[in-house]
Amino acid sequence: MQRLRVRYAKRGRLRFTSHRDISRAVERAVRRAGIPVAYSAGFSPHPKISYAGAAPTGVASEAEYLEIGVTTPCEPERIRGDLDGSLPPGLDVLDVVEAGPGGLAERLEASEWEVRLPGADPELAGVAVEKFLSAGAVEVERLTKKGPRRFDAREAVLRLAVSEGTGRTAAQVPGQSCVILRMVVRHMTPAVRPDDVLAGLRLVADFAPPVPPEVTRLAQGPLDVGTGALADPFDLDRETTRGGEAGPVGEHVAG
Amino acid sequence: MPVESIFHRLEALLPKVQKPIQYVGGELNSTVKDWDDADVRWALMYPDAYEVGLPNQGVAILYEILNELPATLAERTYAVWPDLEALMRAEGVPQFTVDAHRPVRAFDVLGVSFSTELGYTNMLTALDLAGIPMLAVERGDDDPIVLAGGHAAFNPEPIADFLDAAVLGDGEQIAIAITEVIREWKAEGRPGGRDELLMRLAESGGVYVPKFYDVDYHPDGRIKRVAPNRADVPWRVHKHTVMDLDEWPYPKKPLVPLAETVHERFSVEIFRGCTRGCRFCQAGMITRPVRERSITTIGAMVDNGIKESGFNEVGLLSLSSADHSEIADVAKGLADRYEGTNTSLSLPSTRVDAFNIDLANEFSRNGRRSGLTFAPEGGSERMRKVINKMVTEEDLIRTVTTAYSQGWRQVKLYFMCGLPTETDEDVLGIADLAKKVIKAGREITGSRDIRCTVSIGGFVPKPHTPFQWAGQADHETVDRRLKALRDSLRGDKEYGRAIGYRYHDGKPSIVEGLLSRGDRRVGAVIRAVWEDGGRFDGWSEHFSYERWMAAAEKAGVDVDWYTTREREENEVLPWDHLDAGLDREWLWQDWQEAVSGGEVEDCRWTPCYDCGVCPTMGTEIQIGPTGRKLLPLTVV
Repeated sequence: MQRLRVRYAKRGRLRFTSHRDISRAVERAVRRAGIPVAYSAGFSPHPKISYAGAAPTGVASEAEYLEIGVTTPCEPERIRGDLDGSLPPGLDVLDVVEAGPGGLAERLEASEWEVRLPGADPELAGVAVEKFLSAGAVEVERLTKKGPRRFDAREAVLRLAVSEGTGRTAAQVPGQSCVILRMVVRHMTPAVRPDDVLAGLRLVADFAPPVPPEVTRLAQGPLDVGTGALADPFDLDRETTRGGEAGPVGEHVAG
Repeated sequence: MPVESIFHRLEALLPKVQKPIQYVGGELNSTVKDWDDADVRWALMYPDAYEVGLPNQGVAILYEILNELPATLAERTYAVWPDLEALMRAEGVPQFTVDAHRPVRAFDVLGVSFSTELGYTNMLTALDLAGIPMLAVERGDDDPIVLAGGHAAFNPEPIADFLDAAVLGDGEQIAIAITEVIREWKAEGRPGGRDELLMRLAESGGVYVPKFYDVDYHPDGRIKRVAPNRADVPWRVHKHTVMDLDEWPYPKKPLVPLAETVHERFSVEIFRGCTRGCRFCQAGMITRPVRERSITTIGAMVDNGIKESGFNEVGLLSLSSADHSEIADVAKGLADRYEGTNTSLSLPSTRVDAFNIDLANEFSRNGRRSGLTFAPEGGSERMRKVINKMVTEEDLIRTVTTAYSQGWRQVKLYFMCGLPTETDEDVLGIADLAKKVIKAGREITGSRDIRCTVSIGGFVPKPHTPFQWAGQADHETVDRRLKALRDSLRGDKEYGRAIGYRYHDGKPSIVEGLLSRGDRRVGAVIRAVWEDGGRFDGWSEHFSYERWMAAAEKAGVDVDWYTTREREENEVLPWDHLDAGLDREWLWQDWQEAVSGGEVEDCRWTPCYDCGVCPTMGTEIQIGPTGRKLLPLTVV
């Protein structure tokens, strides 16, 4: 069985899809595209499609990953086109490679996030980020299915920078300033998400954006701990399998 | 005037609500057209949550047909949950369509499809959020025509004050006809305003415009007469019947949602109508005559639907799917065709007989034999005669034991409680039946690993059925019988643990009964309930019986008079001016025969018994067999 690894984006209004919504959409797209997906054995066979670390509902992403098992060998670039054509616009397939050795999930060591905060005060944001970074630990609380849970949001954050830009959506009044946070966050247990970092900023400096943040995952991949840079998780696959061309997105390095 | 998307305003609210994906649209096969390229624009509403409304066939078919018309645009809108409703009110965001997020008030028509009366309050929420005056008489030329369709529209009187118009029966052709009337009227420069448009629709005889009819009452509250208040408005409005379903093979491009919905499958209606003559069944009465899709059209629709949607389940829909004249060939043909493709087939709504086990076996050829469902509806043979559900106890037990012996582990049996002439013994008969089923099943399989689930709900008499005159059982009686049945099942040491029991209590049925057989005076109750916060009445967590009763009292409406009171033969019923094709005398005669235990055969196979539909409507039964078979498809 050949395994194909897929990088896809969830964009625009489709950022409101949940992980379950996406898995249904992918299953149907695979069937429509006629991709020879393998099925599990047993009474209720399931297509062999697995997902690595899905972005939360409401969060956009340029770097989501899944793996498809197929019964007959497929050309990755053809699958990229077919699958992309079968998925609704907004779920966009960016890159497909044939799987090399090793699992995909363990290569996704960290994520780079962009958080847009329309209408927030850039100066306050700068102060909050400084305070957050200089703190040894920032205990935040999140409501999980098992009730409230406290954990440190600081340690996982390898980089956090503030800049100013213009907003691009909804909540944004034209011409209004927009604070942009960029962060590289290591994948840990429990997972630290951008909203946990925002909770941390509120905690250390009472920094609270006026409207819900717009969050996008820009990249996931192996982490260079020294520089905080992320490599393309498909590099290893491309080195070891045929058709080792870089995908259309190329390399993405954090920062 | 350009109409702009409100999506940017909605988007800011979405992070704060449950399941935001249901409001964003973007479904596969959905259509967004340029506003200015269309001169007639429909907003189609299913008045329940998106997860229930999206799979609805009626809305999906009309959406596709209207969007295929030149210079015509159709978009969809659904009931928003209270969390989003509150935010929309706070931020002034209007009711919107999910396709292009256009404000509903900007459309020419708001067409609302009512499968059930319990969606009425949700329509009021939508009107209010849209900024459309709730009462039809208060609407101006800038407001859409608010039009009701669906089964509940066969008695739209309780919501008559909120509607501009209603349509009875199949929507395909009349939706196109209405579109052309509106197009012409707009092209002429909207002469005579809204009133003339409604007159043009009413004059056709195919659209009911409630405000052109006056209702007079007797001093005792009964209706004296319903009469047109303008010349050229017909005395009776007739239902629409599409003949030759093969010419209308919709949906061709099934909507595939991103959000999870109640039916995750591609559905093909294999026939419309049913002539089994079950006396409680409104759907069976108002959709006559039977019109089959041919085996070849069914095969082509399934093939196309799977390719277009990517669904892995196909449902063959109808009111009694095993009655299709070529169902065995359909089942075998599809099972052959999709063998080994992980595509499953389902056949809802089947009768109780051995033939259906063969069908079910065919459909589950490669899968698991988990559960089968049958609907005997009545617990005793006497009861089943009253409702004309002709299944003997022997038939039932033989069918169910056949199922067990062929590997099916679980059988679900549907019943109703509160049927006309029902006694406590009739309901307790359900327990005996279930025990006999388990006993026979254990004997034939030699195993104790078989189960049976009894599922039971309250009966609601419906307009245009022989039971339209019946007194509805009060909720105390229904609840007492349901409890006695539960005790009888649970208390049984030998079989009790093999029998599951699911029931709905009697109170919601009383509200459904009030809305089903209500007249225009019930509108005040609906409005009062809505003003008191009533929403999503079909959902037990939102439904409040107390709220409905308080509203009825406030409006001076006697709920018992509308529900538990038996009507006399000559009483004018609120829907008598709406023609479902059924001969009123035949319905009355059938009601009398019900009480005396007389049976009616299915007119597909026995001579016509003069229900009146075919001659009145100019229709006829359309059934096979065509003698054709499904050819296997070649793999691409």
